[in-house]
Amino acid sequence: MRDLSMHITDIIQNSVRAKAKLVQLTIEEDGDKLKMTFTDDGTGMDAETVQRVSDPFYTSRTTRKVGMGIPLFKQNAELTDGSLDIESELGEGTVVQVELGLNHIDRPPMGDLSSTVAMLITGNPEVEMIFCYKKDADEFKLDSREVKEILDGVDVRLPKVTNFLKEMIEENLKELKIESD
Amino acid sequence: MTKVKSLADLRKMKEELANKVQLREKSDSPEKLVQVKVSMATCGIASGAKEIMNHMIDEMDRQAIEALVTQTGCMGFCHAEPTIEVTLPNNEPVVFGHVDSKKADEIITKYIIRGELVDGIIPVNYETVKENKND
Repeated sequence: MRDLSMHITDIIQNSVRAKAKLVQLTIEEDGDKLKMTFTDDGTGMDAETVQRVSDPFYTSRTTRKVGMGIPLFKQNAELTDGSLDIESELGEGTVVQVELGLNHIDRPPMGDLSSTVAMLITGNPEVEMIFCYKKDADEFKLDSREVKEILDGVDVRLPKVTNFLKEMIEENLKELKIESD
Repeated sequence: MTKVKSLADLRKMKEELANKVQLREKSDSPEKLVQVKVSMATCGIASGAKEIMNHMIDEMDRQAIEALVTQTGCMGFCHAEPTIEVTLPNNEPVVFGHVDSKKADEIITKYIIRGELVDGIIPVNYETVKENKND
């Protein structure tokens, strides 16, 4: 994984697979820390499974035998003196909290956050998403339900919609002087 | 300073889109549109699936191809990532492996627009596709 945006896609795809109806991603720059919180209302996991997901040789998939997503993100977080914690309850959903050293030399770059978020929203039309970026007193928030309400029946999966959202997110993040390349 | 885009601008764009007669007729039955699914599990992401999805969306927007692009999970072809599944109207889905931006262009111009087959198709038996859909 070359950047944090890739990890973000990966973790949210876990929520999508867990049949979540609503996924919330909050990214916050807090002092010297970069915090990411992923909250979903998917199937959740029992305590034993939560223990095992950090093991690269554990996966619930049947298509392959390894599950690298969480172990790789955890490793990247820990390399920057940060952490990755999971709280989950069967039938309730899952919260993944990741903390990275914002200015740590080993922190991977953010990557293309705007297109990542745009493609997560339009690429998974059956799942609603709330994306929020907080920096100091400023924040940018985007709710996929508002997007769909405005689109009023026009398909969210059309390339034009994705490109619009991409530009909109990019411009708003730039306003907040947030790193996104 | 240029004005930052907001959801109000989305509303304007929606009006334009909704005025396209062809699209309005088709959007009631999505199976009449080209559907592209990009495999976006850890294996796909690490091999550059995001860039491919971005590239396909840009190109199809530029060429005004009305397609529905979505993400999907691991199809079990981790060795051939990035993989994309393309379903033309009234056709069986076709999975392409090792897709880079050059291959993506070829898929758009040859397969999506003209319906000609392109190298790089992964033969899929019915079961594998089925499992992926339940994923």
